[in-house]
Amino acid sequence: MTELTDPHGPVTAAEAVAFPQDRTCPFHPPTGYDPLRHAPALSRVSLYDGREVWAVTGYATARALLSDPRLSTDRRRPGFPTPTARFANVRDRRVALLGVDDPEHRTQRRMMIPSFTLQRAARLRPTIQRIVDGLLDAMIEKGPPAELVSAFALPVPSMVICGLLGVPYADHEFFEEQSRRLLRGPTAADTQQARERLEEYLGGLIDDKARQAEPGDGVLDDLVHQQLREGALDRAELVSLAVILLVAGHETTANMISLGTYTLLQYPDRLAELRADPALLPAAVEELMRMLSIADGLLRLALEDIEIDGVTIRAGEGVVFATSVINRDAARYDDPDTLDLHRPSRHHIAFGFGIHQCLGQNLARAELEIALGTLLRRLPGLRLAAPAQEIPFKPGDTIQGMLELPVTW
Amino acid sequence: MHIDIDKDVCIGAGQCALAAPGVFTQDDDGYSTLLPGREDGAGDPMVREAARACPVGAITVTEG
Repeated sequence: MTELTDPHGPVTAAEAVAFPQDRTCPFHPPTGYDPLRHAPALSRVSLYDGREVWAVTGYATARALLSDPRLSTDRRRPGFPTPTARFANVRDRRVALLGVDDPEHRTQRRMMIPSFTLQRAARLRPTIQRIVDGLLDAMIEKGPPAELVSAFALPVPSMVICGLLGVPYADHEFFEEQSRRLLRGPTAADTQQARERLEEYLGGLIDDKARQAEPGDGVLDDLVHQQLREGALDRAELVSLAVILLVAGHETTANMISLGTYTLLQYPDRLAELRADPALLPAAVEELMRMLSIADGLLRLALEDIEIDGVTIRAGEGVVFATSVINRDAARYDDPDTLDLHRPSRHHIAFGFGIHQCLGQNLARAELEIALGTLLRRLPGLRLAAPAQEIPFKPGDTIQGMLELPVTW
Repeated sequence: MHIDIDKDVCIGAGQCALAAPGVFTQDDDGYSTLLPGREDGAGDPMVREAARACPVGAITVTEG
């Protein structure tokens, strides 16, 4: 195996690397992916069930393939790859937006984009700032130490998405717990039951909204009183959309806040630089997105043969995009393992690429800039309250982030 | 400079308006559109960057 870890050595057709793997350090790709980093843009990897699929690790190849309509994201298709045993029995379920292809996807996306534009995210900034300040006020009043995931990283995006969608935040313990089970199990039954409970909860909420004479001002209210009433959406489709918007709307951003904070605390020089010049915040957020690549393993199914980079992806084969490796392609980024707040990193694919690129990316950027910026400004003495190596983070088969983040100041 | 936006392809990601806010914006439906008076790119060096940032290749920039 030694030749595989030598960046200049030949890459042999050794045993396929297992995918996904747990990270060794929460902000670096798993060391087990090292052979992929030194291999061509496409390699073979082995999933939990022994199935071999193509792993995309090169930046240019990833952009080309993520834009290729011959790769499907529809989990209902026979042969769609499964990343973990937990998801094996939910394959027949409809997953809105990220689990459907065009033209179905296009119809759903078009209904959603007016609610997620840059202007809409900009208008939400004062609301986000109020939420962030309120949570930090409470933390400061209580005094150090604090557990930052539960006190800050999770409630910020949870409150923001509730306000945007029109979901009562009073129910947050329920839906945060179901989201956790949906994404992380631990069992297949957890995943399935959590999805059913979220569908039941959001279905009830949608029915309540449909009965209201005066609609509220949330995105779900708009969808109920326009698209559902006009027949552009059926109830099941709207429920599926609501599940995705609620889960993706808080889990991902919460992970970026917790892992982003942890990462900055491991780079005191960069942290000092950012504190001294808050104008670096937008670039810092992009660079953290690139470096952390928390959605590490986007899955697709080839519908036709695709010739690319001298290989043929056969119809019926699975493809996984290893975003943590793609975003550190040395052909695209100089010194890719270094956190550099000045690099032009905007073109990272941490939000994906192609038609499924993250719908909520502009909202996420606003939340991250405000949450990280305000946290650093208001707690100048912020530091970890436990040895960095002992703080638990998420396993490799789900969205990456910290499980806990004990801090003091 | 001529800038063409294919609204049938646009997914409203807002990457163009983020990269070149002096030229691009999003309309009420969320689609990319050119700011009034900036249809020729207004000499903004970020226009090509905006086209490259588009996740679906909806923006075409031609000289002339």
